Amino acid sequence: MEKFRLVTAAFAISLAALALALFTQLLTSSLPAVERFGLTFLFDTIWDPVMEVFGALPFVYGTLVTSLIALLIAVPLSIGAAVFLTQYVPTRTSYLLSFLIEIIAAIPSVVIGLWGIFVLIPFMRDPLGTFLVECLGFIPLFQGPVFGPSIMTGAIILAIMIIPIITSITKDAINTTPELQREGLVALGSTRWEVITKIILPYARPGIIGGVMLGLGRAVGETMAITMVIGNTPSIPASLLAPGDTLASVIANQFSEATSAIHTSALIELGLILFVITVVINICARLILRREVARE
Amino acid sequence: MNLRTRKMKGNAMIILVALAFVIIMIPLMSMLYMIAIRGIGAISLEFLTSLPTPPGEPGGGVGNAIQGSLMLVATASAISIPISIMAAVYISEYRGKLSSAIELITDVLSGTPSIVAGVFIYVLIIPRTGFSALAGSLALSVLMIPTVTIASYESLKAVPNHIREAAIALGVPKWKTSLFVVLRSAMIGIGTGVILGIARISGETAPLLFTALGNMYWNEGLLQPTSALPLLIYNYATSPYRSWQAQAWGAAFILLVIVLLLNIGVRIVARKR
Repeated sequence: MEKFRLVTAAFAISLAALALALFTQLLTSSLPAVERFGLTFLFDTIWDPVMEVFGALPFVYGTLVTSLIALLIAVPLSIGAAVFLTQYVPTRTSYLLSFLIEIIAAIPSVVIGLWGIFVLIPFMRDPLGTFLVECLGFIPLFQGPVFGPSIMTGAIILAIMIIPIITSITKDAINTTPELQREGLVALGSTRWEVITKIILPYARPGIIGGVMLGLGRAVGETMAITMVIGNTPSIPASLLAPGDTLASVIANQFSEATSAIHTSALIELGLILFVITVVINICARLILRREVARE
Repeated sequence: MNLRTRKMKGNAMIILVALAFVIIMIPLMSMLYMIAIRGIGAISLEFLTSLPTPPGEPGGGVGNAIQGSLMLVATASAISIPISIMAAVYISEYRGKLSSAIELITDVLSGTPSIVAGVFIYVLIIPRTGFSALAGSLALSVLMIPTVTIASYESLKAVPNHIREAAIALGVPKWKTSLFVVLRSAMIGIGTGVILGIARISGETAPLLFTALGNMYWNEGLLQPTSALPLLIYNYATSPYRSWQAQAWGAAFILLVIVLLLNIGVRIVARKR
């Protein structure tokens, strides 16, 4: 056998080894917490390092709720922007405007968090939060009082951060629509908008779903920006305008000052849960997108 | 529906999709504006070159954070780039069950949350060695390797097959073909991936929180804890001190300029080719 092949194979296998090591290290280090709390860890709502009672539910809730609201905000905006950039704007302008959206993806998370602390949180406190309470306050989800740092603030930050990836994949999916079908519908007298809703979006749908899944994966794992604006309170508040916490943010916040070995182990178990969730989401997203590529 | 209402509906929709784009631009413009306004005000020669001062004392800077960031990113690149390129050559040039399995694993690894990379390196080495710049670089590598590997094998796969066939027809052995023909043709794409990977890890904070840890003084080598620009921004932004908060904007400005220059530079080069 070729030596070169073996050498490159060794490097390639080292990536698989890295994935395996990641999983096993997290698993073995969270064993103390797993043994002590068992399955109740997943369903317990109390997280109290002083009493050494640890339940993951507030963080799982925070992660899922912030990510889902982020999707609710980001998906329509991203699809709208993708349609705008691919259908209504000349190619050259589109390239430039797309680049602006991609800049958002390049801004480091901690810098977005800094903006969140000094711009978004004050904005949440005054016009937006008060407005939501006044208009929608009868729904428990939008009950006052208004806090600046809150689950809603975190969700908005996440939405900003996942818009670039969803927009870019939606644009790619739209661009694969066969030209003949578009032309056919135009020849039958359709307006541009009818071509978009009847041909382009249905055709691009699987690609868009893949992009949304990738965005979800990103949102779930996002750490710094959301840690800086969510308020870091391990509870399950009824209102979205109250502070919360996510899997990633509680690790970032408490890991280096963990009070006991079992506290560290519980935090690592949260990391393991987070890792497993993102792996599952990412595999689904890749499978959807790969099937797309195969279809073309 | 008659033609007029259909056309009106179409026009209304143009406004809606354009509005979606405008809404997306609002936070971006606000970020760029705030970072420019508050950031530039904080920057001076002293800010770029001196050590931090305790809160309340005037002056002080981010010199050691810049030094630390350079050290972390350089070390992480030195670890990640060779591993990534070699792995990518295997994935692209030796197609088979193993290489597609590794391709999928790399895809999945690229979604690893940054905080998980930090926890992983922490449990792997910190209890034995203590906090260090090297540990921080390793945590950054966990994030950089999958990104650069993916970019590399995608550029390698884009090299047309007839180039490989031409080399083999000339009697060039496969390893030489891969190394000197295919890899060379893909160099621009791989370079782009490497630079984007560097840009990404320059801004990463979460993996450094409990590996590189941070340091108020100059760094004295890879085995000591070190400061870094993103760590400093996080610590200063979440501190209650006004002077530190002002300096967080200055540091954010420097970091953003570096990251954007890398991103824009790469695009210009890649587009010219």
